[in-house]
Amino acid sequence: MKVLLPTPLAEYTRHRREVEAAGDTLAELLVDLDRRYPGLRFRVIDEQGAIRPHIKIFVNRVQARSLALALAASDEVLVVAALSGG
Amino acid sequence: MARLLVPVATRKGLWILEADARRRSWRMEGPHFLGQVVNHAVIDPRDRRTLLAAVKAGHLGHTIYRSEDFGRTWEEASRPPAFEKAEGGESVSHVFWLAPAHASERDRWYAGTSPQGLFVSEDAGRTWSGMAGFNANPDRRKWIGDAQDAPPDGGTLHSIHVDPNNSRHMYFGCSSGGVFESRDHGATWHPFNRGCAADFLADPKAEYGHDPHCLRVHPVSGDVYQQNHCGIYRLDRARGRWDRIGRHMPLEIGDVGFPMVLHPRDPETAWVFPMDGGTVWPRMPIQGRPAAYRTRDGGATWERQDRGLPPAQAWFTVKRQAMAADSFDPVGLYFGTTGGEVWASFDEGASWRCLTLHLPHVYAIEAARVD
Repeated sequence: MKVLLPTPLAEYTRHRREVEAAGDTLAELLVDLDRRYPGLRFRVIDEQGAIRPHIKIFVNRVQARSLALALAASDEVLVVAALSGG
Repeated sequence: MARLLVPVATRKGLWILEADARRRSWRMEGPHFLGQVVNHAVIDPRDRRTLLAAVKAGHLGHTIYRSEDFGRTWEEASRPPAFEKAEGGESVSHVFWLAPAHASERDRWYAGTSPQGLFVSEDAGRTWSGMAGFNANPDRRKWIGDAQDAPPDGGTLHSIHVDPNNSRHMYFGCSSGGVFESRDHGATWHPFNRGCAADFLADPKAEYGHDPHCLRVHPVSGDVYQQNHCGIYRLDRARGRWDRIGRHMPLEIGDVGFPMVLHPRDPETAWVFPMDGGTVWPRMPIQGRPAAYRTRDGGATWERQDRGLPPAQAWFTVKRQAMAADSFDPVGLYFGTTGGEVWASFDEGASWRCLTLHLPHVYAIEAARVD
């Protein structure tokens, strides 16, 4: 499925903002993304499996609150890094 | 020919100052990790080549990068420091401190994090594991307290040092928590704060809960000093307690500050950079007149060293990791400010000159000889 990534993660994807990845759940999708782009997942998901504080993930423009969310191949996943501070 | 590298880690990137052994002309290289927080960048004194940097973007999780060509290329750690997964488990916010292990333990490094965690790498920073002796210690939560006890930017584990004469003998500082010591390579730890003031605790003789801003271990003798939240101390090993050598500082200056630096060869010589600890704790040079203070007799006497520094109206802070000494003779000293300046002295503090301006808020400075 199509995954749109924010600029802070661009160095992992050779500056591609739109990539493909697969998974039946958001958790599986992130594992697949990390397999394709090593290191990316840890910058987005912490060691307890939580989405990091300034990261938001949207599936078909609806914010995902859980990595257990089921996905379909036709879904579009958007990862947003919310800028904060000066 | 020997060269000197001074990695300057800032709130928004890493720069590397470079000079030859004469230290007359300097060039600045960077930025690396532009826009990302770099809490510490350290060149391995054992191979004089491996450079580790603790990096965190404002909106991404933290990581560690390593370079073997002084920053021309970087490799990200494949397993950065992370706590064990557990119900209600903690998450590392950022790596605050990086420390090479003993000279005999090539490729072994330690990392201290926020919140307070201790991690080790056996492969020169590529993969990291938690040190259960502290991270899983049943007393850890009691020692470090909770968010109410932590500084505004979060609690940190810092000042990780190894006794140069015994690789199994280690120390670190926790803010808050205090100084901790291990004699078994980090398998077990105990608080080591006897004699230290903690005027923010109800019990003046508390065993833990102190705030050591910067702990230093002499690289030859193993003598231990600290700049603490409340004062400047030297460890009296025979008596097993800390002596407040800051009592010998001028009364109008006091002995509050963040960094402390030791002479690389003479364990009786050390420098501090006092900050205003009065009223609401401004943490800036007293009366806006910055100065280093040097002792050459283990803290019995101190002398002011401010020649070349701004004479007035200088309102910056020098953070705990933002002052360092090189290993040349005479010793060079370096400090960075929250205003993005880097200052240096090439005569052991007798005079100072500004090496660069306009960097972001400086978090950490190291000085490393490379060949």
